Amino acid sequence: MTDATGPLLAVDGTPLKRKLAQSLFRSRARAFGLALPLLAFIIVVFVYPILDFLGRSVYDARFATLMPMTTEAMADWDGTSQPTEAMADALVLDLVVSKKEKTIGKVATRVNRELSGTRSLFTKTARSAAKFESPFMAALIEKDKDWADLETWQAMKTASRVFTPAYVAAALDRKMLADGSIVQQSEERRIHVKLFWRTMEISFLVTVFCLILGYPIAYLMASLPMRTSNLLLILVLLPFWTSLLVRTTAWIAMLQAQGVMNDLFVVFGLATEDDRFSLIYNKTGTLIAMTHILLPFMILPLFSVMKTISPTYVRAAKSMGATDWTSFWRVYFPQSVPGIGAGALLCFILALGYYITPALVGGQDGQMISNIIDFHMRKSLNWNLAAAMGLIMLVFVLFLFWLYDRIVGIDNMKLG
Amino acid sequence: MAEAQAKAFVEFQRVQKSYDGEVLVVKDLNLSVARGEFLTMLGPSGSGKTTCLMMLAGFETATHGEILLDGKPINNIPPHKRGIGMVFQNYALFPHMTVGENLSFPLEVRKFNKIDREAKVKRALDMVEMGDFLSRRPSQLSGGQQQRIALARALVFEPELVLMDEPLGALDKQLREKMQFEITDLAHKLGITVVYVTHDQTEALTMSDRVAVFNDGVIQQIAAPDTLYESPDNSFVAQFIGENNTLEGMVKEIKNGVALVQLDSGDLINCKPINVTKPGERTRVSIRPERVEYNKDRLKKGVHTLKAEVLEFIYMGDIFRTRLRVAGNDEFIIKTRNAPDQIRLQPGTEIEIGWMPEDCRALDA
Amino acid sequence: MKKTTLLLASTALVMGASGAFAGSHTGSITAVSWGGAYTVSQIEAYHKPWTAATGNKVVSEDYSGGIAEVKAQVEAGNVTWDIIDVEKSDAVRGCDEGLFMEIDPTSLPNGADGSSAVDDFIPGSFTDCAVANIVWSTIFAYDSSVTPNGPASIADFFNPAAFPGKRGLRKSPKANLEMALAADGVASADIYDVLATDEGVDRAFAKLDTIKDIVVWWEAGAQPPQLLADGEVAMTTAYNGRIFNAVAGEGKSFEIVWDAQVLDVDMWAIIKGAPNADLAMEFLKFSTETEQLAAQASYIAYGPARKSSAPFVTTYHSNADLDMGPQMPTAEANLATAIPNDFEFWADNADELNERFNAWLIN
Repeated sequence: MTDATGPLLAVDGTPLKRKLAQSLFRSRARAFGLALPLLAFIIVVFVYPILDFLGRSVYDARFATLMPMTTEAMADWDGTSQPTEAMADALVLDLVVSKKEKTIGKVATRVNRELSGTRSLFTKTARSAAKFESPFMAALIEKDKDWADLETWQAMKTASRVFTPAYVAAALDRKMLADGSIVQQSEERRIHVKLFWRTMEISFLVTVFCLILGYPIAYLMASLPMRTSNLLLILVLLPFWTSLLVRTTAWIAMLQAQGVMNDLFVVFGLATEDDRFSLIYNKTGTLIAMTHILLPFMILPLFSVMKTISPTYVRAAKSMGATDWTSFWRVYFPQSVPGIGAGALLCFILALGYYITPALVGGQDGQMISNIIDFHMRKSLNWNLAAAMGLIMLVFVLFLFWLYDRIVGIDNMKLG
Repeated sequence: MAEAQAKAFVEFQRVQKSYDGEVLVVKDLNLSVARGEFLTMLGPSGSGKTTCLMMLAGFETATHGEILLDGKPINNIPPHKRGIGMVFQNYALFPHMTVGENLSFPLEVRKFNKIDREAKVKRALDMVEMGDFLSRRPSQLSGGQQQRIALARALVFEPELVLMDEPLGALDKQLREKMQFEITDLAHKLGITVVYVTHDQTEALTMSDRVAVFNDGVIQQIAAPDTLYESPDNSFVAQFIGENNTLEGMVKEIKNGVALVQLDSGDLINCKPINVTKPGERTRVSIRPERVEYNKDRLKKGVHTLKAEVLEFIYMGDIFRTRLRVAGNDEFIIKTRNAPDQIRLQPGTEIEIGWMPEDCRALDA
Repeated sequence: MKKTTLLLASTALVMGASGAFAGSHTGSITAVSWGGAYTVSQIEAYHKPWTAATGNKVVSEDYSGGIAEVKAQVEAGNVTWDIIDVEKSDAVRGCDEGLFMEIDPTSLPNGADGSSAVDDFIPGSFTDCAVANIVWSTIFAYDSSVTPNGPASIADFFNPAAFPGKRGLRKSPKANLEMALAADGVASADIYDVLATDEGVDRAFAKLDTIKDIVVWWEAGAQPPQLLADGEVAMTTAYNGRIFNAVAGEGKSFEIVWDAQVLDVDMWAIIKGAPNADLAMEFLKFSTETEQLAAQASYIAYGPARKSSAPFVTTYHSNADLDMGPQMPTAEANLATAIPNDFEFWADNADELNERFNAWLIN
């Protein structure tokens, strides 16, 4: 009986499963070998940099590395009681070293992020720290009365955390205090949550406009004979061959107050010479320019799906007594949903990350979260905060995929 | 004939169709189909048969002429108001709907209430013996099952006329033969009129009351299957329907309904004149392989015989198929039944063959 | 015939060898700057004379400001740039971040009048890591062909009732807050004292609120002249050199209002780990000499950072009738209400004010 329940054996007595694995190993190894260069390439230039960068959103060892003694001295401090003399000793020693090592600027920048105005406090104090005499707390306060301020020490405490939720909190308009609690940012400094919502709103609207404009075009292309549809396809792809900047600038020429569209509106009496429409440097401009730029990403998946929908379905529906509209809506449209899903997801995700267009034509209410990320990348150099916002975007996009999979099914998506 | 026209349910009157304004795909078509008739349009691809069907369904418009349904012109009626059931080549079952929803669709658009719909759907499914498949998706069905659902869907709203566009083309041979029978059976039971399009002549012969043979936009012959097979009006029909041997020659004389034809090899044979009228005309003589006899005992006296050389003998189970060289034609085929007393011809032997004059038809060259 | 060929060949060989020989003694550096007319002025005034004098070559690259690329190069340990033209705030920030080499101002050559470099350069010309080359300013301008009786003071800029039309402003708190306070009646000397208080910041934003609805925000220096030319705005803040070039080069009828101009400097900084750091340092010293700085002023309306250059400033390079002296932000007549940018203030408060500004923008 044991034989009957035991594993199946091959002719030479080895278990069949092992035999099968052996026989498949070579072909698997070859397949893996073929994919290896691309895999390595992706890991080196894509996965690793992204993970490395996203790591910055929660990891910041700058203060802890450059001010090791202060970090250690503050480790047990509760963040609310009076700073101790030991902390002052450690700080002065660290300042002397960092002045010598020329790392004081990095330290000052880091603490300044937690408390504005402390940069000059640090650089100034470091310059004369070598001449301080014990007791150091008094010497510090003598140099600048800000050292008597509890806030200054709290800022250092916050900055000394190596793994910190502070950046993610900041990306969500929250602030981490010295005792580790997280509170909401003051009213006039809340910006990111609002921008996340606006980014989503703009992306959603752009997706909807792309769908409304792209669907009929894709339908036309799918129902025309090959030659004509190829010509249309080239026209659809034409914008891809022009630089993004050129296209965006062209929209500026079209939409600005003295631009082509407004001139036409004036000619047709829709606007007056003194009261022209504001079509650009606001949300309207962002929506128009982004819809134009993302339209092909909607049309192409739609077209590739519609091409495969046989016209006989609609004929069948009509032969059964359905009107043109019913046969479209009940029979054709549901079959084009995978294309809509793919196109909408593509447009939406691309729109979420757009920044050149909103930067150029967005004005103040057409800005998106990516513009703030860009700002922190290029201007403020607060890469940790930029990484935290990137992390939030990534999590959100993954969530979208998950949602899409739950509702529509990911295999129900056709990109081409 | 006049009576048949008066009763015509579907009628094409001088219908022409051109897509590009240069070539006529359908040339001056006249056709009438009686109520309850099973009519098949048969022809090679590009012969205009599918175009005719599409004009009838309303998906193409006639360039000229009139199409009448039950005596009323329907040229300007959109397809969804014609009330014609249709079965498509690849079934065209809606992939996003279940079988039940597919069948329910024509009833919904006709505003039947839910109870009626369910009853009718059930009846239609039972009719094609697919009652258990109500909630399946088309992709979960085999080709034959999909075919039945497509049929049920075309019938569920009880149309009087059903059009079928090569509905069995995607099935394998055995299933196809089974479905051929089921479709004709169902059609006769329900008393519906069927216009059926196919390029498969066996299908056309086994299923139809009448067959219209299309070629080059023109109906070559319209007749019952046996007439079509046994008395083709022209050499196209003879070639297209069933297997056929042809010999070329010239008419010597026509007397008492018999034409004397001199073949290009010089041999003389007697034929039935079909579309030859006077001596001197070129003609193509057509003989069915199974009507050729080489057993001298069975040959009637006085018939012309021809010398033949056996080139190849093929055993096909129920029949033998023998290829001969006759009057310079290397592709002359004869078919004989595999009977106990049947002779199996050996390649290389010389025999004499003959046939009844009425089985040998002198057609157009 | 054969002899000639041989001769030619050997000559070519010798020339080739000498060429290679010369090459081993001269080098090339990569200088990064803002592009456009500004880079052209540097090529004409710095690069060409330096190459003529030393045989070293300068490869010119453009960037659009910010030091993210420098940071990326330094952090990746793959520095390809040598010397970069940065705004002062970026010079300070980059120095703090350890991206730039330290520069000792006393190592710079004396001015043409013999004064030491430390005395010769205008105040604020040095940071730990950078040396100023030009003085530029943020001014505001309008098109006199559209607005004949144009605005005359910064208060007019913030007075849409008297001077209707849209306003162009740089999308950054810098200069905007200073100008807003100046328009609100704060004296130039007191601006940063006021701005250092919370009330002062509120006051500046309140002033900006009065024109918020009619502002078109710009980011690149090329945008404001375009906005003016397109009639998209009635007046806009801008970099003075850009407006000057539109007037002198393209014949536009733009007028600069110097009231409450915010003075700033652009600086050379050498990137830490630069492949040709020594050569770049030589270039830095050469290009910030009195003559070179003065020569640059005839290509673009930015003031030389050395006082000793002033007497050498002549006329516009393509128009001998256009005296460059009065076009400089540092010209006596333009300086009356000028606000020198306080980089310490901005280094301390940029993060907070940027945040506040961005939040103000979207609310």
